[in-house]
Amino acid sequence: MRHVIEPTDLSINELDELIALAEDIRLNPVKYADCCKGKILAALFYEASTRTRLSFESAMLSLGGSVIGFASADASSAVKGESVADTVRTVSNYADICAIRHPKEGSALVASQYSGIPVINAGDGGHEHPTQTLTDLLTIHTIKRTLSGLTIGFCGDLKFGRTVHSLVKALSLYPNNRFLLVSPNELRAPDYIRATLANRGCEYQEGELLDTHIRHMDVLYMTRVQRERFFNEEDYLRLKDSYILNMAKLVNAKSDLSILHPLPRVNEISMEVDGDPRAQYFNQVRFGKLIRMALILKLLEIVEWRGGRC
Amino acid sequence: MLSIDSIKKGVVIDHIKVGGAMQIYQHLNLDKLDCSVAIIKNAKSGKLGKKDIIKIEDRIDMDLDALGYIDPDITVNIIEDGAITSKLKLSLPDKLINIITCKNPRCITSIEREIVHVFKLWDSREKIYRCAYCEQEYK
Ligand SMILES: [Zn+2]
Repeated sequence: MRHVIEPTDLSINELDELIALAEDIRLNPVKYADCCKGKILAALFYEASTRTRLSFESAMLSLGGSVIGFASADASSAVKGESVADTVRTVSNYADICAIRHPKEGSALVASQYSGIPVINAGDGGHEHPTQTLTDLLTIHTIKRTLSGLTIGFCGDLKFGRTVHSLVKALSLYPNNRFLLVSPNELRAPDYIRATLANRGCEYQEGELLDTHIRHMDVLYMTRVQRERFFNEEDYLRLKDSYILNMAKLVNAKSDLSILHPLPRVNEISMEVDGDPRAQYFNQVRFGKLIRMALILKLLEIVEWRGGRC
Repeated sequence: MLSIDSIKKGVVIDHIKVGGAMQIYQHLNLDKLDCSVAIIKNAKSGKLGKKDIIKIEDRIDMDLDALGYIDPDITVNIIEDGAITSKLKLSLPDKLINIITCKNPRCITSIEREIVHVFKLWDSREKIYRCAYCEQEYK
């Protein structure tokens, strides 16, 4: 039995297999429509995250399976005051696989230690969110047909954004990727991310202004810069517009740039960009569902790792 | 050197960093023992210049991982019939189980009942451990 608690629980080969399976599901959805008939996914959401929960539910339903669960800690009195360990042991008797979202860091690891069924971490506080990373990888792979030899820009809050850290780490495992890290100085990527890139021999550059770097990018991953993350108002006012993507900034960008964002966005991508063919953040949502379908099939061993087919 | 009767059967914890004996005394709850316990401070030592030693006249169960975490240079000698029967060199353990607890308030260990506190060795030279759950460094 396998669990996916952090992106590194999957090897590069397994990532490639998942991506290939997700692409096959995209092209042949009918083939997979009854694969999970009679199987139940438990969605254990201790905090509201409608987007992620709907993605998991939709994934399971599209595979012919069913879903049980709760959508916030208040929604289920049964869970109140009960340990994660006890809840997951109970749920193991009702379901075949579970996705857990919990505000505390490490909660999904605890769940996996007591679970009788595969556990997928659907976000444990600010710690890990592996299906987001898988979504990002599938999105890039589907559009670019590769995960190597790309120049990938990350823009915004690179200090606190775990989504960014996980994706940088994952992409640094593929050869010849170049990283452009664009953020205000206070919100630079943490040391360990730069160390990871250096250790793996990846070329990277840091900068404060998107305008300077956007022309080189094949992929631009946008995140939000929050006012309260700035140390002083002066810097915030000086830099705030640098981190808002609009059509004017895209003038210098490549025509085949792909713009990604983990969503929800606030104002960091202006709505005028939505109609541009380079905007991929809403397609990304569809890829999120597809990769979760692939992950469910693999973890339930309905599609075996290496070669097996439904 | 100050002479303390050599013990017939028991444990000698040797090569403790100067000043470290009391922490180990407390950690091992030696105050709860009925047998004789000797703490020798600032003993002369070729290796360290000075060292602390604890002699316990009884065989006690010790968490060697915890001792290794407190001071990896310690040697533990087991004494039977007045002679050393085994000499244990300690080292920084790869894993600490229920020895220290995570201070990150966002960590699951802050609320989950009876959770086993696990830390993994991250950097042995700097003696850095990280929580196995939230990965925060223990300081
Ligand atoms: Zn912790």
